[in-house]
Amino acid sequence: MNPQKKFIAAPGGIIPNPGNTADRQTGDWRVERPVIDMERCTHCMICWIYCPDSAIVAKEGRFIEFDLVHCKGCGICAEECPPNCIDMIEELTFQNINGTSGDEQ
Amino acid sequence: MKPLPSDSTIEMKDAIGTVKSTAKSLSGGFAVAEAMRQTNPDVVACYPITPSTLVVEKFSELVANGEVDTEFVAVESEHSALSACLAATAAGVRSQTASSSQGLAYMWEVLYAVSGLRLPVVLHCANRALSAPINIHGDHTDTMGARDSGWIQLYAENPQEAYDNALAAVRIAEHPDVLLPVLGSQDGYTVTHSVERVDVLPDKEVKKFVGQYTPKSALLDIENPVTFGPLVSPKHAFELKLQGIEAMSRAEDVIDSIGEEFAFLTGRPLDSVELYRMEDAELVMVVIGSVAGTARVAIDRLRSDGTKAGLLKIRSYRPFPSTRICEVLGGKKAVAVLDRALSPGAPYSPLYTDICAALYSHGVILPLASFVHGIGGRDTYPKQIIEAFQRIEEKLKVGESMNQTEYLGIT
Repeated sequence: MNPQKKFIAAPGGIIPNPGNTADRQTGDWRVERPVIDMERCTHCMICWIYCPDSAIVAKEGRFIEFDLVHCKGCGICAEECPPNCIDMIEELTFQNINGTSGDEQ
Repeated sequence: MKPLPSDSTIEMKDAIGTVKSTAKSLSGGFAVAEAMRQTNPDVVACYPITPSTLVVEKFSELVANGEVDTEFVAVESEHSALSACLAATAAGVRSQTASSSQGLAYMWEVLYAVSGLRLPVVLHCANRALSAPINIHGDHTDTMGARDSGWIQLYAENPQEAYDNALAAVRIAEHPDVLLPVLGSQDGYTVTHSVERVDVLPDKEVKKFVGQYTPKSALLDIENPVTFGPLVSPKHAFELKLQGIEAMSRAEDVIDSIGEEFAFLTGRPLDSVELYRMEDAELVMVVIGSVAGTARVAIDRLRSDGTKAGLLKIRSYRPFPSTRICEVLGGKKAVAVLDRALSPGAPYSPLYTDICAALYSHGVILPLASFVHGIGGRDTYPKQIIEAFQRIEEKLKVGESMNQTEYLGIT
């Protein structure tokens, strides 16, 4: 995923480059992380359709991975998954909370 | 409403500036409306409230007569008035409003939004006491309460200054080093409703002076889309607020340079502080607003009786010209600060507190006396100011403390 670019605040907090969320860490308040069992995944892409944060990385119609920089852990993917192969696991059980290097905090 | 007495105007013969002005008889409120007519802002959104009503009714008349191109938004409240100005300026145009007292109080949360978004809105304020008791007359409680809202505050002594400030405000607010809203104040009734001679610049000179508003970012600039007012987390909010502090401190120089430019045109300097008989003064009174005229009369009388009195009038209250004030007050025997606002529970009223902090932080330690006058529109007379000076003189003589606020003119 994209490394965090340095944030330069424009006067008034105006954002002069709209659509810059791709460059920002927006998933750092996630409490639970989605974990997929790839053996049971049918690549139906229901999770990709439902994910409100576009945090399902897909390639040629197949599930690749979760974008943990932007996933906020809402759990909709796990709820909607037809074969029920996504589990929500508490972030505290992972060493790296952000899905990135973990050094930024 | 009577028309502006334009038929009775006389040509100015004693103009010092490079541009020939026309002398008109205008009240402070009409003087601001005249400045607004000449500035021709894109949007004006107002809700009338005494004593700023003069500005609003005169300007809406100008709109109705087609004398300006302004889109006048007759809103249902002051909260909406300032919100409309915020939105208009964010959209990329020049906007202004006017208010007083409860109206300014009703604008409160939007005041912070406008300054936080760094939008150069201009607000013409006619100072009025805040309820209760309900009172429509002048004191500074309304604008002093807004002193931390991130707006530049200019105070006018008379209709001429109200006119001058209204023009300079546009330039100060929109200066790229500043980009902060400006509140131009004048005392309710004492200035707003007093008809005095006002030297009015020719329309074309004002047009040149205020120029075009060219925002760096605008919501209606669809080629360069931007986001205004996003949620800002603790990660970045502190720095953004500090940018406002830095802009405010840069505004000190901008106010001076625009004041010089204005003086070149008109012959009238627009300094952040104005001095009167200060060269050899031993006792100084610091004032803000229309009482400066009364204080000048008092000082002249004291001078003729041998008391070396002087006056420091604050024109720019935010930014507070601390360094300049300390330069001027350093070495004086005693200083009296004349506030026109109350701050219940605080050690002193706002102006005294600011003067005290400025002096102490610059290492200027001298006897500093606190006076409060004119609350709820009570008149202040030269006699009261003379007596205040005399009491300070007496206390200095006997070495008595001055740390108790005195209230002038109470019965």
